[in-house]
Amino acid sequence: MDAIILQILNGLDKGSAYALIALGLTLIFGTLGVVNFAHGALFMLGSFCAVTLQRLLSLSFTVVDPTKKDFLGNPLKVDTPYVVDWFGDAAGNAIINWSVPLAILFAIPVMLFIGYAMERGLIKHFYKRPHADQILVTFGLAIVIQEIVKYFYGANPIPTPAPAAFKGSLDFGVMIGFAENTIIYPYWRLIYFVFSAVIVSAVFAFLRFTTFGMVVRAGMADRETVGLLGINIDKRFTIMFGMAAAVAGLAGVMYAPINSPNYHMGMDFLVLSFVVVVVGGMGSLPGAVLAGFLLGILESFASMNEVKSLIPGIDQIIIYLVAIIILLTRPRGLMGRKGVMEE
Amino acid sequence: MLGLSKKDTTFLLIVMFLTLATPILLQPFPEGSGLAQFNAGYPDLMQRFAIYGIFAIGFNILFGLTGYLSFGHAAFLGVGSYSVVWMYKLLSYNVLPGLILAVIMSALFALLIGYVSLRRSGIYFSILTLAMAQMSFNLAYSVLTPLTNGETGLQVYGDDPQVLMGEGGPTSPHFFGIVMNEATKVDFAGWQFTFSNGYYFCAIIAIIVFYISLRIFRSPFGLMLRAIKTNQTRMSYTGLNTRPYTLAAFVISGMYAGLAGGLLAAMDPLAGAERMQWTASGEVVLMTILGGAGTLMGPVLGAGFIKYFENIFSKINDNVLHGWFAVLPDGLEDTIVFLMHPFIGKGWHLTLGLLFMLVVIFLPGGLIEGGQRLRNWIKRDKEPKGPSKDTEHHPKPKPHVA
Amino acid sequence: MTKLTISRRGLIKTGAFVGAGLAMPTIFTSRANAFTNAPMGSTVTLGFNVPQTGPYADEGADELLAQKLAVEHLNGEGDGGCLNTFTSKALKGNGILGKKVEFVTGDTQTKSDAARASARSMIEKDGAIMINGGSSSGVAVAVQGLCQEAGVIFMAGLTHSNDTTGKDRKANGFRHFFNAYMSAAALAPILAKELGTDRNAYHLTADYTWGWTQQESMQAATEAMGWKTVNNVLTPLATTDFSSYIAPVINAGADVLVLNHYGGNMVNSLTNAVQFGLLDKMVNGKDFKIIVPLYSELMAAGAGDNIKGVLGSMNYNWQLQNEGSKAFVKSFGEKYGRPPSNSAQTCYAQVLLYADACERAGTFNPCGVAEALEGFEFDGLGNGKTMYRKEDHQCFKDVLVVRGAQNPTTAYDTLEIVEVTPVDHVTYPPNHPMFGGDDASLGTCNAGA
Repeated sequence: MDAIILQILNGLDKGSAYALIALGLTLIFGTLGVVNFAHGALFMLGSFCAVTLQRLLSLSFTVVDPTKKDFLGNPLKVDTPYVVDWFGDAAGNAIINWSVPLAILFAIPVMLFIGYAMERGLIKHFYKRPHADQILVTFGLAIVIQEIVKYFYGANPIPTPAPAAFKGSLDFGVMIGFAENTIIYPYWRLIYFVFSAVIVSAVFAFLRFTTFGMVVRAGMADRETVGLLGINIDKRFTIMFGMAAAVAGLAGVMYAPINSPNYHMGMDFLVLSFVVVVVGGMGSLPGAVLAGFLLGILESFASMNEVKSLIPGIDQIIIYLVAIIILLTRPRGLMGRKGVMEE
Repeated sequence: MLGLSKKDTTFLLIVMFLTLATPILLQPFPEGSGLAQFNAGYPDLMQRFAIYGIFAIGFNILFGLTGYLSFGHAAFLGVGSYSVVWMYKLLSYNVLPGLILAVIMSALFALLIGYVSLRRSGIYFSILTLAMAQMSFNLAYSVLTPLTNGETGLQVYGDDPQVLMGEGGPTSPHFFGIVMNEATKVDFAGWQFTFSNGYYFCAIIAIIVFYISLRIFRSPFGLMLRAIKTNQTRMSYTGLNTRPYTLAAFVISGMYAGLAGGLLAAMDPLAGAERMQWTASGEVVLMTILGGAGTLMGPVLGAGFIKYFENIFSKINDNVLHGWFAVLPDGLEDTIVFLMHPFIGKGWHLTLGLLFMLVVIFLPGGLIEGGQRLRNWIKRDKEPKGPSKDTEHHPKPKPHVA
Repeated sequence: MTKLTISRRGLIKTGAFVGAGLAMPTIFTSRANAFTNAPMGSTVTLGFNVPQTGPYADEGADELLAQKLAVEHLNGEGDGGCLNTFTSKALKGNGILGKKVEFVTGDTQTKSDAARASARSMIEKDGAIMINGGSSSGVAVAVQGLCQEAGVIFMAGLTHSNDTTGKDRKANGFRHFFNAYMSAAALAPILAKELGTDRNAYHLTADYTWGWTQQESMQAATEAMGWKTVNNVLTPLATTDFSSYIAPVINAGADVLVLNHYGGNMVNSLTNAVQFGLLDKMVNGKDFKIIVPLYSELMAAGAGDNIKGVLGSMNYNWQLQNEGSKAFVKSFGEKYGRPPSNSAQTCYAQVLLYADACERAGTFNPCGVAEALEGFEFDGLGNGKTMYRKEDHQCFKDVLVVRGAQNPTTAYDTLEIVEVTPVDHVTYPPNHPMFGGDDASLGTCNAGA
C-alpha cells in the first residue's frame, strides 16, 4: 500500500512536468496550427534561465590570497561574489541561494520575449506551409538553440540547487498513519507539483474567464470569422505563443533543481511530450494535462520492483506501449477532436 | 529501355553514370592541397552515401507518394543489420544469405508494424510508428541483449559456429570471394582515386533499387498511392479500400530500409542498437524533406548532404583552419579562425541546424527545387522571353502530413 | 533534372573503371606496404577519436586537449611534460622515429556506429596509423574491433567495462584505463574499513552491458567481505528522473545505496538520491551511505554539492603527488589553466606509450608495436608503477579511492583521495570468469595490407 502511494506521488510529480510541456505544445498547436519541435528547446532555455541567473548573482571579483596556493603552486585567486560584497555575507549568500525561485521572475519576461521573437521572426512564415516543413524548420531551430547553449555553457550538466530551506524531504507516511520512513518525499518535488497545478489552472482560467481568452478560443474554433469581426486575431495568437513559451520556460526553471540542466535535456523531453500530446488528443488542452499525469503515474508504477519482476524491461517501453494501446482503442487519443492532424 | 520512357531511360543512365563515377567525382581536389579536406571519395563515406541513399529512396516511396510520415523506419534498418550479422555468426562471411534474410525479416517486421499503425493516419500514425521503433530500440539495448549484444553491438566472435566457413575463406564480409573492404587505389597526377569493392557492391544494388523505385513511381500502383496522398476520403468514397495499397507501400519501404541496414553490416560487420533510435528515424525524414520529398533524386541528394556534413565538417579542427589561412597576416588569421570556430569540428551540429532552416525557409521543395530554380535562372539569362515567371509562381507543394 | 547528356565514350570509360575495380580486387593499394598506412613522408598521422557532440562532449574536449599536449611534447615543443619523468628514455622529442607527429580528429558522438565511421574515415582518408581516445565502453569495443580488422593499433580512452580487455579483447587493442572489477576490488577494503562489514546494499544499475559488469563486480567484492545485497534494480539508460527508483530504497531496509551509473545517469540518480534525503537517514542504526563505483571530474562537477561524502574510485587524480603526475599537471595546467581530468591523463599517457613503443620496436608496424607494449613495465606517467599485461593488454597499476570533499577550496578539489589501493589487490588472472574465462583470446595481431 505504502509503495503504491509512493509511486502515485512520483507519478504526479513526473506527470506535472509532462503536463506543463504538453500544455505549451498544445497551446501552440491549437491556436496557430504549428507543430513545434523546438518546444523541448524552450523548456531547456527555461532551465538555463535559472542557470544564468545563478551565474549573474554569483558574478565575482577576484582577490589574490597569498596565504593559499592553487594547484600549480601559484597564489590562490579567491572569487567573491559582488552581492556578498554589497549585502554582507549572510544576505548575499541567501540571495544566491534563492536564485532558482528568483529565476521565475527573470524567466517570465525572457521567455515571453523569446516566444514573441520566434513567432514573429520565423513561425509566422510557416502557417501556410505543410506540417512536415514546420517540423523540419522547428527541429533545425531546436538544434541551433541547443548548440548555442552548448557553446556558452558546455555539454556537462550544471548543478542548480534549490534553496537550502527546501532541502530534505517530508515524511508523508507518518502524516497518514504509516510507520516512519515509509513514504518520504522531497519538499522541492512537492513544490513542483503544486507549482504546475497553479500554472495549469491559471492557463485554463485565463482562457475561460477573460475576454482575451474568449477571443482566442473563438479564434481556435474559427479563425476567419473572428478575423471578419474586425478582431486582430494574429496579434493575440502571437501573444499566445509567447505564453506557451513562458509556460515551457517556467516548467524548465522549476525543474532545474530536480535534474541538473544540460544542453540536450530538451531533446530528451521532446519525443515524450509529443507522445503525451498525441495520447491526449491533438489540440485538446485538458487532454494534454490528463495524458501527462496518466503517463507519469503509469511510468512510475512500471518501475516498481514487483512489476518489473513480473515483466522484465516493462519500464523501458511502458510509455510507448500505453500510447499504442490508447491510440488503437481511441482513434483520436483521449480527448482529441475529429479531423485534426488526421489527413 | 527496360520498360521506361525515353526521358526516364536517359535519367536512369545519368544516375548510373553519376553513381559509378562517384569515386572520381567526389575527389575533386588533389591530395596534399588544403582543400583535400573536402574530398569525400574514400570508401566508408561513399558506401554511406549509397546505403543511406537506398534508405531514403525507400522512405520516399512511403512518404513521398502516400504522405504517411513514419517516424519508425530506423527499426527496419536495425533489423536488417542484425539479420546480416547473425548470418555471419551462423553461416559465413558471405553477405548474400544475410542480405536476403535482412529483406525478409524487415518485410515481416514492416508488415506487423504497418498493419497496426496504418489503422490510424496523420500524426497518430507517426506517433504509432515512433512508439514501435522506440520500443524496439529500448529492448534491443537492454532486455534483448542475448540477441543483439546491447550497447556494444552485435559482432562476430571467434567461437561462433560459422558452419559454411571453409578453410582459408575470407575473414571479413565478401560476396563470393569479392572482399568488401578491399580496394584499388589509382594515383593520377596528384589525385588519388580509391575504387572500393564495397562501394561498387552498394552502388550496383543502389542502381537496381533506384530502377525499381522509378518503376513504382511510374506504375498504376504509384499513381494509386499518389491519389491516396491527394485525397484519401475521395478514394474511399469510390469504393476503394486504400489500406492494402498503403500497407504495400509501407512494407516495400520497410524492405528498402532493411536492405540498407543489411548493407551497413555488409560493409562493416557490426550492428549497433543506436541504429534503431528515433534520431535515426528522424534523420531519414530530414534527408527526404531536405532533398525534396516525392521527387526521385531528392532523397538521395538529402542523404548525401547530411552524411557529408557528419563526416567531413566534424573533422575540420582549428589546426586545419590555421593551415588554410596561414598565408594571411597573423591577426587576420586568428580573427577568421575565431569566427569560424563555433561552426566547425565540434560545432558541426550548429552548421547543420542552420542549413536545415535556410533550406526549409528558402527552398520549400528541398534541394531539388534549388536545382530547378538555378536552372530556370540560367535559362532566363539565356532567353529573356522564357518562362521566367515560373520562379516566382512555382506550384505550391502539397502538404505532406497535414 | 540536369542538362548533362551522356556520351557513348563516357559510358565506355565508366565501364572500364568498373572493370578495373572488379578485376583487381586483391591489389588493395598501389603502394607495396607491409602494413596499413605505413608513413611514407616526413610525418606520421595519429587519429584522435573522441566525443565532440552529445552528452560527453566536454569530456571529449578534455581528452583532445591532452592529446594535443602529448603531440607537442613528442615533437619537442613545450616543456616536455612527462617525457622528463618517463622511465623509458627512447623518446627524444623529435617526433616518432624521426618523423614529425601530426594528428587528425574525429567525432564519436558516443555512438558505436558514428565512432566506427569516424575511425574508418581517419584510417581510409587521412592515413591515421593508430586510433586513440573515446568515452564509452560500447564505443571502445566497437572501434577496437574495427582497428583489428583494419590493421592499426587502438588505444582505448575512457572505457571501464570488463569486456574491453575481457571477452572482447583484441590483439591490436590496448587499455590504460582501469575496469569495473578493479573499481570493486579497490573499493571493498576501504568500504569495510569505513562502513563496517555488516551492511545491506541496494544496487541501482544502468540497464546495459557496462552497468551489469559493474554491478556484478561490486556485488561479488562486497559480499566477499560480508555485506548483504538487498536488491538490484535495473534502470533504463534513457531515464532522467530516478525518483521512482530511489523512493523505495529506504523502505527496503538497505543502509547503503550503490549507484552503478555513469555520466548523465549518475549525475541525475545521485542528485535525486540526495534530494530524497537518503544521506540524512539512519537505517538499522547506521548512517545511510551512497557509493558511486566510477567517478569522473565532470560528473562530480555536474552533481555539485551532492557528492559530499560519497565514495567512489578513479583511475587517476591530479592531486597525486608522484613526479610524473606533477610534471603532467604543471604542463597541462600552465597551457590550459586548469588541472587535467582522469580521462585526459589516460589519453595523454597512451599517446606517449604508443610513441615510445614505436621507438623501441624501431617500426610503426602494429605487430611490432604491440609486441613492444606487451609486458612493458614503466613509471613516470602519473599513475606510479604500471604494467601492460601480455595476456589481455590491460594496464595494471594502483587504483584511487576518492570521496566528495566536504569543504573544497576551488572547483578542482571537489574530490579528495581517501586511499591508494595497491596494484596487488586489484590484479586478477587473465582467464577470470568475469573476463570471458578460458574462451577469451586476443587472436593474432593484424598489420593490415
